[in-house]
Amino acid sequence: MSFVSKPRIIHKSLKRNALGLTVRDYEGVATTLCAGCGHDSITAAIVQAFWEMDMPAQQVAKMSGIGCSSKTTGYFLSAAHGVNSVHGRMPSVTTGANAARRDLTYIGISGDGDSMSIGLGQFAHVIRRNLDMLYMIENNGVYGLTKGQFSASADLGSQTKKGEANQQPPIDPVKASLAMGASFVARAFSGDKEQLVPLIKAGLRHKGFALLDVISPCVTFNDHATSTKSYAYTREYYHPAIHADFIPPSEEIVARYDEGETMDVQLHDGSHVILRKVDKDYDPTDRGRAFNFLMDAQDRGEVVTGLLYIDQKQGDMHQRSGTASKPLGRMEHQELCPGSEVLKDLQKAYR
Amino acid sequence: MSQVNNFVIKLANVNGTGSASANGLVMKAIFRMGVPVVGKNIFPSNIQGLPTWFEIRVSREGYLARSGEVDVMVAMNGQTFDRDLKEVSPGGVLLYDSTWPRERSIKRHDVTVLGIPLARMCNETFENPRARILMKNMSYVGALAALLNLDMAVLRELIEEQFASKKKLVGANIQAIELGYNYALENFKCPLASHIEPMDKTAGHIMIDGNTAAALGCVYAGATVGAWYPITPSTSMMDAFRSFSEKTRVDKETGEKNFCIIQAEDELAAIGMVIGANWAGARSFTPTSGPGVSLMSEFLGFAYYAEIPMVLFNIQRAGPSTGMPTRTQQSDLLLCAYASHGDTRHVLLIPDDPRECFDMAVQAFDLSDRLQTPVMVLSDLDIGMNDWMVPELEWDDNYRPDRGKVLTDADLAKVEKFYRYVDSDGDGITYRTYPGGDPKGAYFVRGSSHNKFGAYTESSAEYKEVLDRLLVKWETAKTVVPGPVIRSSDQPGRTAIVTMGSCAAACREASHKLAAKGIHLDYMRVRAFPFGEEVEQFLEEHDHIIVVEQNRDAQLRTLLMTETRVHKDKLHSVLHYDGQPLDYRIVVAGVEEFLSKGEMA
Repeated sequence: MSFVSKPRIIHKSLKRNALGLTVRDYEGVATTLCAGCGHDSITAAIVQAFWEMDMPAQQVAKMSGIGCSSKTTGYFLSAAHGVNSVHGRMPSVTTGANAARRDLTYIGISGDGDSMSIGLGQFAHVIRRNLDMLYMIENNGVYGLTKGQFSASADLGSQTKKGEANQQPPIDPVKASLAMGASFVARAFSGDKEQLVPLIKAGLRHKGFALLDVISPCVTFNDHATSTKSYAYTREYYHPAIHADFIPPSEEIVARYDEGETMDVQLHDGSHVILRKVDKDYDPTDRGRAFNFLMDAQDRGEVVTGLLYIDQKQGDMHQRSGTASKPLGRMEHQELCPGSEVLKDLQKAYR
Repeated sequence: MSQVNNFVIKLANVNGTGSASANGLVMKAIFRMGVPVVGKNIFPSNIQGLPTWFEIRVSREGYLARSGEVDVMVAMNGQTFDRDLKEVSPGGVLLYDSTWPRERSIKRHDVTVLGIPLARMCNETFENPRARILMKNMSYVGALAALLNLDMAVLRELIEEQFASKKKLVGANIQAIELGYNYALENFKCPLASHIEPMDKTAGHIMIDGNTAAALGCVYAGATVGAWYPITPSTSMMDAFRSFSEKTRVDKETGEKNFCIIQAEDELAAIGMVIGANWAGARSFTPTSGPGVSLMSEFLGFAYYAEIPMVLFNIQRAGPSTGMPTRTQQSDLLLCAYASHGDTRHVLLIPDDPRECFDMAVQAFDLSDRLQTPVMVLSDLDIGMNDWMVPELEWDDNYRPDRGKVLTDADLAKVEKFYRYVDSDGDGITYRTYPGGDPKGAYFVRGSSHNKFGAYTESSAEYKEVLDRLLVKWETAKTVVPGPVIRSSDQPGRTAIVTMGSCAAACREASHKLAAKGIHLDYMRVRAFPFGEEVEQFLEEHDHIIVVEQNRDAQLRTLLMTETRVHKDKLHSVLHYDGQPLDYRIVVAGVEEFLSKGEMA
């Protein structure tokens, strides 16, 4: 952990994006997590993704709950507003914020404890509402801040440092969200930035709820030989089922893709996600088959990654409820108050 | 005393039989005849089959509390017949369905029993089985019309309004009313001693319940996001907000809605949504009741410490735990005042009737924005779900919301740096910004310890600085919350009644009755927490203070003892907590008992 403040030195050689900003401009305060923590790699990928997307900071709201993962919203995009709320309740705060300001881009950072245990109820219901947000779970199978208890995502038989084996089956955020009807489901590994960055971008641009579960080893409490959420285990059983390339609306698709192995998904804002399939039979628009594929892979002990499912037909919360396109939080009083004459009229029913 | 325009009708029914609209009709007819009236619905936590009562008090003096008398009982529920009979005041009248005669078993000679074969008449007149049940209700309305001298033209007008969209039902309902009306005229001496004579004392008034009025207040205050989890007795507030919003906030051309109502998965989520929406710059609220507040406590502490405005309506019911969901109480005062772990304290507004629910809903948003802290409106089931006669609601079109200290992009352009929790004005209230604005105004909200710059800190001094500044803000709150309502008696003295919320009506009537007996009491109704200087002064000026409230543990007395300079020996309690709306006689008896103890040297 570091407690020195981070120097703001921007080297001249750093590239600038369309807003004239360098990647450093998308950083936050210095991390206080353990050296080698997977979460820090994810933070770096988030910084990279926002920078590459030319995202203005005021367009973003960073939301989190409690835990090591939830601390990380402080470590990127200092220039964006953020709420570090209470344990397991990030989805509700984000729902309210989105209700008020539908024009902002929401990134929620959670952990396996925050989402699969204390926050499982809110996790389920934010999916049900198809809230327009990217929901990232930094998944390490362990409670870090309280020093090493199993979380609900720990695999059966995975052991703690002291050798105690987990006796309860895991709740897998990917399978759970698929079952609950999520419209975008992806998994990645903190050690594979190349795969992670485009998934972050696609998730941010997806109109609706995007789940991105990122296996993110805890170097202090869950990175030993008998853990199934360690760097070594994840690397060995890592199974990228599908790669995603993200292409923003203004750019042309220049890379050459072999026909039959790729799938072009155009998002609502005009950007494209080109999916390169490693498994030829995989169809990321078929919820049932995606589920079966994951079940089979789990039996083999594999960690399947990639953009595993996408459905762009579901309307988000506002589309379903017919909310005004102008954000409610920006409306003037005159647009909202019916006035004294209407009040007189309404009261006729109470005479 | 003459019983003209001064009596109580109680209707005993089975719930789920459509009696509510029939009973409402009787009350509305009296109201339209210009006679002050109030209705109390005493209903079970159930949908169909259990006993339910509706009490209509007619009071030419305009008293709105329960009186404890029953002058006319309409006993339509066989299950409760015996206890209903027992409750009739001596000299009263009991009306019942004599299709199944019971005269022989009735042992009270001080009650006039009137039997009408309602079921038989309706079965002979109507074909449809459901209609036979519903029309039975309308038939006793007709009988009451004859017995109480209700204006048939007014009843007809009300029926036509009620069934404006289902016109073909008008005829059957009027027919049913006439059945009962004619039977009563032919068989009984009409009207009874307890009857209605038209007056003109309801002009400029409406009959409305507090939840409806509070919802209307939210619409007028410009609230756009409502998040809630259904809980009795608060549910009708969101129903009303939805209905008023659909009427006034939908774009006629596009159908776009200038509001967003979210039914949450639980109260934890409901309040989280409200906090999120307020943080993002919308006015947002949640209606709930005691059990909901228990669940919301974690987030209330978060909003207090992170200083995010939010408005909560607690329509109190009888606790503890699930308690009596359909009965009234004022037992969440202490819970709400200090909800959440750590040193927390919250601004409370306590309305006494639906009109004040409307006004305080608007005030709650202004105060919450201004003080950047949760504001809870403590209503209760009696106010929230019963129809009260109140002066028409008024609106000043010059009203502009007080959004408090919010820096716009233009403001930010003028400052070098923005820090969220620096108290530059010395009132404990700091400046905030909304997301989506200039990045210069960006800050990170956290429930963890933070310094005045908004950064995480574990420095004791920095932590304490923020915690102490919140107390400065609390002092500011004392100066901006609504002051108490104070009424000096004709002979101001050193003895007083202090009360809150829905006790007001009973206390007012009790004061009049006591004054007639030569007992003159000054009166103060606190309307907000924290207590301001006016409350302190009133307490100081009186030696014997009788605190009237609806809970077992004297919560208002406790709060006054803890949060004002008053000496606790000066405070005495009259407590009522059986779940029924307060009856003025309980106040009279409580005061007399206290005085008889001779403690008034």
